[in-house]
Formats: sequence, structure tokens, C-alpha cells
Amino acid sequence: MNKLSRFNITSLTLGFAFLYLPILLLILFSFNASKLVTVWGGFSTKWYVSLFQNEAFMDAAWVTIRVAAISATAATILGCFGAIVMVRGGKFYGRTLFSGMIYAPLVMPEVITGLSLLLLFVALNFDRGITTIILAHITFGMCYAAVVISSRLSTMDQSLEEAAMDLGCTPFKAFIKITAPVIAPAMVSAWLLAFTLSLDDLVIASFTSGPGATTLPMKIYSSVRLGVTPEINALSTLLIATITLGVITASWANKRAEANRIKDEQLAFAND
Amino acid sequence: MSPSYNNNSIFAPWNDPKEKPLIEFKNVTKNFGSFTAIDNQSINIYEREFFSILGPSGCGKTTMMRMLGGFEIPTEGDILLDGQSITNIPPHKRPVNMMFQSYALFPHMNVEKNIAFGLKQEGMPKDQINDRVEEMINLVQLQQFAKRKPSQLSGGQRQRVALARSLAKKPKLLLLDEPLGALDKKLREETQFELMNIQESLGMTFVIVTHDQEEAMTVSSRIAVMDHGKIIQVESPADIYEKPNSRYIADFLGDVNIFEGKVASANDDAIQLEWAEGQEKLQMEASQPAKIGDSNWLAVRPEKISISKEKPIDADNILKGKIWDIGYTGNISVYHVQLPNGMTIKAQEVNRRRLANRELTWEDDVWISWRKTAGTHLVK
Repeated sequence: MNKLSRFNITSLTLGFAFLYLPILLLILFSFNASKLVTVWGGFSTKWYVSLFQNEAFMDAAWVTIRVAAISATAATILGCFGAIVMVRGGKFYGRTLFSGMIYAPLVMPEVITGLSLLLLFVALNFDRGITTIILAHITFGMCYAAVVISSRLSTMDQSLEEAAMDLGCTPFKAFIKITAPVIAPAMVSAWLLAFTLSLDDLVIASFTSGPGATTLPMKIYSSVRLGVTPEINALSTLLIATITLGVITASWANKRAEANRIKDEQLAFAND
Repeated sequence: MSPSYNNNSIFAPWNDPKEKPLIEFKNVTKNFGSFTAIDNQSINIYEREFFSILGPSGCGKTTMMRMLGGFEIPTEGDILLDGQSITNIPPHKRPVNMMFQSYALFPHMNVEKNIAFGLKQEGMPKDQINDRVEEMINLVQLQQFAKRKPSQLSGGQRQRVALARSLAKKPKLLLLDEPLGALDKKLREETQFELMNIQESLGMTFVIVTHDQEEAMTVSSRIAVMDHGKIIQVESPADIYEKPNSRYIADFLGDVNIFEGKVASANDDAIQLEWAEGQEKLQMEASQPAKIGDSNWLAVRPEKISISKEKPIDADNILKGKIWDIGYTGNISVYHVQLPNGMTIKAQEVNRRRLANRELTWEDDVWISWRKTAGTHLVK
């Protein structure tokens, strides 16, 4: 391996420091015994304890998880339908327009999406609360899900479905027995993506929520306006830990799948 | 149901007017938008046939097969199976199975489950399914691989699984879409004979789509050659090779020399073709009546032309030329002989003697000759 030059080492260090130092500080201060955020007063985990005793935070966390789980599930199912129509629907009138519209919300400013949904709910006289946040999150989560699933579906050999039908499956049964298992990994990724997006959405949730429905990002944002507390640091640290764990698990699963694939190939060659 | 035989007890139900076809295409047309893939075609396919549809890519052969499988619906016309129209019956309700070009093995199921899939959909009792799966696995000799996933199999093994899966339901008709396309040459040749044996032992009707003429010649009872959505000729392999009905067929199957000329004399079944100035007229047998002055063609296969240094005495057609090039492929040599008028004729000889003892070489003056029965008279 080539040795890095001094210039490279310096720029790498600065770059990584810029990216990760704030996060490291945040994690460090979550274990601070002092109530003052910027003054180190010794190691303590008391803010984690007080966080779990803070009902407002716990309620917000519960709301967030429910919103994320429900909206991710619905978004994955709807996104899957969208992907099937886009990839398998063949040519139909307005296909380009429809597929363009599926991608449009990806680049739409969140403020616009949030505002337009708010106007819709007001116009329909729809009571704002958890339901409206879920509906809003489904609308954008489903676009991401459709993109992820359609990319898998378009690389899937369509003759698999034809073979299933040829062997006696109705088109619906062929989808359940053959297509769904084959695209299952993409559906899982789509769900995780929609879940994560819903988890950290602040803008759209703020527009569409009502009294009694506060998500975690909203709660954090509103508490920070009154000053950063060590509890927030603890909460953020937990979120970072969760995400890190998720990413590591995903890459480990990927590596294992790749290793299995190579092993399979070797097995196939061995008895060729 | 017993196979019928004609007088020579050769399997040829298409020559027997009493025989009912298993499949009938009746004036079938298939359009994709403004493109006509199949243009008003009718053919009959009989029980126990190994029927090949052969043609260059884009000729419509795959569309013919997909219409039999139910994956495409004819724009016009009717397809009958056993006398019943199947034109609008969806794939899952047809007593027809297909082996796909990509094999289309279900990646999340092992070999056994892939083979059992169709039987399960049928609602067959479990112990019968197990028996049938075992029978199929034995048939294609995959006993050690029953629990493997498709990704753990080689190309040849996958091909066998695909075959076993499509045979498992014992369909009236099996469709094979370029079944051996992904295999290397040696394995392909072995598998061709296996396919023939399986087809014969199960007594099923096979329809195979291929672009490989050698494959079609080897396995088929009859071959249909297609071009641009039309079936040009349907014949047994020997007849389609020896008696092509057009220059397209003669040229498509194997190598051929084609002489163009005017009919100089035509009495009974003998025709003389005036083909080049200062050259003797060519003798041939008429495939159909011809008028003097008609533009006709004579097709002669390279292997039917003899090449020699001495002028032969007993041939009907004798031409003088010079060896222009020699294509050596080990077992045979193809001599490209240039005639005085500039035309190049291919003549093929089996290399019975070693190369060093070969008496013909580049630039040699030679005589090429063939009997009048060796060529084919073509009118289109």
C-alpha cells in the first residue's frame, strides 16, 4: 500500500474532524455529570435515567415509532404496486407522465409538500394528529419505496413469473409465490428507508401534526429552543447508536450474502 | 392413442389424411402495434412430433411459441389444441408447458421444489408428488443435486432442472424455447440426443424454437423455416435439405451454390439451364413444370460436387475452373473454384488422405462435376 503524504494525512484528519468531532462531543457530553452543557463535571449516566423518566420524551418517541412503522409499511405496499405498474404495466397512455410524477416528490422541497398537505387537510376539515402525520409520511415514503422496488423488479427475469403461470398459477398467485420472495430484499430495504425517513422528518411532521401528536424530532427541536439540555444529548446518542447498529448489521448481512454467492458459484463450477 | 405409420412405417402422420393434428394454427396473425410479427399463417402439428421452428432472429419464431404457451394472444385467427380452441385460454389453464430460454428456475427453491411446483398448483396428493419428482430427477440424472438451489448448479444442470420441471406435469405439448442455447457445443450435442430419447420414451409432442440449424436437423421430425413472420417451408430434415422450395431455404440451411439462368429446354422432367455465355447448359431434374425462357435457378450443395484434375467422363454437368482458395476444417476441405466467368463455386471433399498427400492445391486447374439428380431446380 502507498504511504500517505503529509498533506493527505492533514486533509483527511481535518475532514473527519469536521464531520465527526461535533458528534463525538455530543456523545461525550451526554455522559457529563454537570447540568451545564459546556462544562465537564465528571462521568455519569444520570441523564439517560432522567430521559427514560421524562414522559414527554417517551410519549414523543412512542408517537414517532408508531408513525414510522405504520407509514413505512403502507408506503412499502403502495410503492410496490406503483413499481409493478411502472415496470410490468407495459406501454400505456400517460406512462411517462405517471413515472415522472412518482419521482417528483423526491425533489420537491419539504416545505412545499408539508404546506400543500396542510392546506388539503384544512380544506377537507380533517382533524390533524397522528393520522395526518402518517398520511403525509406515506405520501413521500411511497415514492422512495417505489424507486427502490422498481429497480429490483426491472432486473428480475420476467420469465420467472411466466414460468409460474405456465405451471398453473394465476397471475396473483405467481406474484405471491415467486415475485414477492424474489423482490423481498428490496421490499425490506424500501421499508427501512421509509422508516428512517419518517423517523427524522421534522418539516412535514410540523406542518401536518395537531395537538397531542408530537414526534421526537419536533420535541427535540422545541426543547432546544429553550436551551440544549444533557437529556437531549443522551437522546441523540441513543439515536446515533441505533442508526450505527442498523448500518453495521446491514453491511454485515450484505457481506455474508456476497460470500454465500461466491461459495455457491464455486460449488457450481466444482461439478460442472 | 397409438402413433400412426405410413406404408414404409416411417413416422409421418402429416402425410396421412386420416390423422388429426394435435395443434392447428388457422390463419393466425399477430401484430405488435404496427409491426406484423406473424402474417396470416396456418400449420398443423401432429401428436408425438418433434417439431422445430427455425429462423433468424426476429423472424417471429418465438412469437409462434409464446402464442402456444398463452403468453401472447393472436390478433386474428385461431389456435386449436386437440380440436378445441385455446386462443383465449390463459397460460395457467393450458395443458401445455414451456421450457424457457433463461430456464426461469425459481431462485428461492431447491431442485426438488422447483420440479414439484407445477404439481402442487394442480393439487396433486403429496405422496404422488414425491413419486413424480423422484421419477423426474432420475430421468434427468440429478439425484445428488436434489437439495441444491439453482445458484449452486452449473449451466448444464440448470438446463436439466428446467426440463424436468416442464415435463413433471406430463403436458400434452412441451414447448422448448432455445433450450440448449446456453450450453457449450459438446454438451449441446449430447443433450440433443437425450432430448430425443426423452421425447420418444414419454411419447410427448415437442415444439422447439431454435436458430441453430444443426440442432433442428438433428432432433426434428419436421422443421418449419420462418422468415419475416411467414413460414417458408415445412418438411422433414432430409426433405428440407434435399428439396428446398426456394433460394431462401436452400441458402438458409447449409451451404449451397446457386446458378441463375433461363430455361433453354424443358421436356418431361429434364430441364436445361442456359446460365452463362460460352458455357455448356446445365442439366437438372424439374421440380415443377417450367416454360422455355423462364428465369429459374439451380441449387447444388458443395458436398454433391466432385472435384478432379482429370476431366470426368460420366457426369451430366462438367465445368472447368481454377482453385482459388481452400478452407480446411480437419475432416473436410472446401475448395473455392473460380470459373472463367468469375463465379466462385464451393466444392467439398472429405479428407480421406493426409494433408501431405493431397493432390489438389492453390491455382490448380480443375474440373468440377455433378449429376443432374444432385442439384435442385428452383423457381423462386
